[in-house]
Amino acid sequence: MLRERGQREVFCGLTGIIWLHRKIQDAFFLVVGSRTCAHLIQSAAGVMIFAEPRFATAIIDERDLAGLADCNAELDRVVARLLERRPDIRMLFLVGSCPSEVIKLDLSRAAERLSASFMPKVRVLNYSGSGIETTFTQGEDACLAALVPILPVESASAKQSLLVVGALAEVVEDQFRRLFTAIGIDDVRFLPPRSAMQLPAIGPATRYLLAQPFLADTARALEARGATRLAAPFPLGVEGTTAWLHAAAQAFGISDSRFHTAVAPEQERARGALARHREQLAGRRIFFFPDSQLEIPLARFVSRELGMELVEVGTPYLHRPHLAEELAMLPAGTMLSEGQDVERQLDRCLAAAPDMTVCGLGLANPLEAKGLTTKWSIELLFTPVQGFNQAADLAELFARPLVRRARLMV
Amino acid sequence: MQLTLWTYEGPPHVGAMRVATAMRGVHYVLHAPQGDTYADLLFTMIERLPQRPPVTYTTFQARDLGGDTAELFKNAARDAYDRFKPQAMMVGASCTAELIQDDPGGLARALDLPVPVVALELPAYQKKENWGAAETFYQMVRALAGAAPRERAAGAQPSCNLLGPTALGFRHRDDVTEITALLGKLGIRVNVTAPLGASPADLARLGDADFNVVLYPEIASQAANWLQRNFNQPYTRTVPIGVGATRDFIVEVSRLAGVDATDLLAAEDSRLTWYSRSVDSTYLTGKRVFVFGDATHAIAAARVAAQELGFTVVGLGTYSREFARDVREAAKAYGVEALIADDYLDVEAKIAEAHPELVLGTQMERHIAKRLGVPCAVISAPVHVQDFPARYSPQMGFEGANVLFDTWVHPLMMGLEEHLLGMFREDFEFHADAAPSHLGTGAKPVAEPAAAVVPAAVPVAVQAPVEVQGPVVWSPDGQKELGKIPFFVRGKARRNTEKFAAERGLTTITVETLYDAKAHFGR
Ligand code: SF4
Repeated sequence: MLRERGQREVFCGLTGIIWLHRKIQDAFFLVVGSRTCAHLIQSAAGVMIFAEPRFATAIIDERDLAGLADCNAELDRVVARLLERRPDIRMLFLVGSCPSEVIKLDLSRAAERLSASFMPKVRVLNYSGSGIETTFTQGEDACLAALVPILPVESASAKQSLLVVGALAEVVEDQFRRLFTAIGIDDVRFLPPRSAMQLPAIGPATRYLLAQPFLADTARALEARGATRLAAPFPLGVEGTTAWLHAAAQAFGISDSRFHTAVAPEQERARGALARHREQLAGRRIFFFPDSQLEIPLARFVSRELGMELVEVGTPYLHRPHLAEELAMLPAGTMLSEGQDVERQLDRCLAAAPDMTVCGLGLANPLEAKGLTTKWSIELLFTPVQGFNQAADLAELFARPLVRRARLMV
Repeated sequence: MQLTLWTYEGPPHVGAMRVATAMRGVHYVLHAPQGDTYADLLFTMIERLPQRPPVTYTTFQARDLGGDTAELFKNAARDAYDRFKPQAMMVGASCTAELIQDDPGGLARALDLPVPVVALELPAYQKKENWGAAETFYQMVRALAGAAPRERAAGAQPSCNLLGPTALGFRHRDDVTEITALLGKLGIRVNVTAPLGASPADLARLGDADFNVVLYPEIASQAANWLQRNFNQPYTRTVPIGVGATRDFIVEVSRLAGVDATDLLAAEDSRLTWYSRSVDSTYLTGKRVFVFGDATHAIAAARVAAQELGFTVVGLGTYSREFARDVREAAKAYGVEALIADDYLDVEAKIAEAHPELVLGTQMERHIAKRLGVPCAVISAPVHVQDFPARYSPQMGFEGANVLFDTWVHPLMMGLEEHLLGMFREDFEFHADAAPSHLGTGAKPVAEPAAAVVPAAVPVAVQAPVEVQGPVVWSPDGQKELGKIPFFVRGKARRNTEKFAAERGLTTITVETLYDAKAHFGR
């Protein structure tokens, strides 16, 4: 395993706002930051579909830097104006950025202060999405961790319930809910919820499954509230989804025969759908640049279920406890790298000339221009990829660039 | 603190990146946290450049802050030099690094690199992208333009520099080709084009030219001023967008170069001029157009709209506060008050208020227009992947004017088709609820149901302006008559009539009210 320090070519945690605001539909994300932060979100979001999206930036200017008292007063003014304009908002996240952290603007105190004046209509929370503290998907971790303390308390004597943690597309959530019911687990809750008004209750009877591999802080906060993590690989691919569901089945005392009866038809359909892509992808060599922390589960999926060969699997940060099951499933001797020195990693990538490179948006076209085939990693977060029915979609995301390259005669 | 949903300009260091990326043989070392590397995708995804911008980011983290971020910067700068061997380096800080005050310029000087190092001070909490590009280009010119120029030998071919085109510019690539060819026809040689395609060595030759052509004042004015003061090079004031401005430009450069433009002007070959006179263009007369963009493109577009297409300019504005004075001046000529704003919601409100029939704006206004159901053509940055067409598509010169004619008139022409569709809307072949095809599938330009399906007895309550008491209500007859109006003007007719009724304290809109209002607002 290679540990690197150098230039990192990864987004900061603010980026998570792009999918989180769609997920929690009555929440607003207010970044307290600079013009750079506003520009990052706008550029990463790609298109401006909404006239008034549920995110915005309070851009700090020179006057705000003069004194923190004024800066707080300004923030209060901006929030009041915003909430007046958007009466549909029930939850407001103040999202910290590098500038707000460097000037030591205390957003947790600001959130308390503002909550006091806008509760019960609007609850104000805060988390950091700054690039000095968080990398890309860690923004979601920070956001969910901020939600944990306000989740309703469930009594210790409550019946055991299941909490699925990590933002999933609604279609995936619904599929999982149906599957859990079929397996025999009825009380399933999701974090984040679709509405700020439907926060799941937690307590010592809560067993939780992580749906995403980047939720270290959220997990810590849940444990502090008495919840217990069910160790499992992540629900990517047929194998990962099966093991993930099975971990819950075991915790809820479901018999293996009942479990298999429930999941077998779905497994079979998914395997059938995967076969076509496996033909395309088997034996192809793949290189992962560090980006979303999904790299290791993805590498496990493409190597075991699609027969791809792993050249290098980079991850911005390796959380060993949560990834123990995944790491055990990787082929022996897989080259892992943590952190980044982008120039050296590009050298390695170009020297290895993989058939497929998974990387961020800044690197994709330059690598294509050098003759490599790439897959932008951000799409893996915007597309529903978890669960049985999405396994083939996930495979297709890798197959499509190769199919395209094969088609083009110019 | 300013609440911002969408921004017209990025931070000033993105302006510096536009200069660095446009040039050859330079490298920019930026003291910045990891998230700021998003800026690379502007160039690789929006402009589809096949290589990364020549930028190294230090990507310091929170744990570095207590330690030595300065050392981190020095290492990054040294490594970048060793790896890329640029002819010149730019160094600077993004918003966050500005707060930790590591002084990238001083640190880089201490490294004693064997190439010129230009230290950029771009105040991120005051300034924006275009300012950053202008300041960077000016600092690069100052640092690299070399000694006083040589005297031009008698009888040598006149020459100029083209200043201002950058990476991520709105059609800069094609404008340079167009204007270089135009100058060539006048016998004027282009000495250096900068920053686009120029190396530090090229900047050292700037003094060899007789004068400078400022293509984009937002970016090149400051540098051109310095060259005028120090090298005695005059520079052009006309931006050759549109037929009229191109003619003026030809006159201006021929004077500066001491050449005769008579032949070129006589042989002018512009399709816009003829197409605009062609009878089918009559329907363009007096079309209400709202113009918004960077100052250069907005001012130029207003002139073309008014003088070359016969439109009526009902709004003119810019997000370039640095050039507010020029835009205010230009707006006077059209009898409108200039809109100087970078709050996109303000712009939306002003556009809605002006009821234009065409919006000429940026990608932001394209979205606004879409929501309002008004056709739109894009005339200015901020850019979008669509603003880098595969085909040759300049904005400047005579070919540029042809491009403007096509891109502005086309959406209106589609509107005319819709007009015909509207006339036949009662015929059973036509589906009256079909959205106009030129607005795309997402647009819902007319919320009104077709007259035929409105139950005659149901009055439609409408939102009344705040100053009146009760709501204004459409009588069934009035509503039916409104339905007969071609639907791409129906929205306006409805709004005008309601405004008219509200102002007179009427509570019901009859057929009479509708025609009274029409007479009142008719031009
Ligand atoms: S890295 Fe920091 S300054 Fe840059 S966009 Fe992210 S939060 Fe803002």
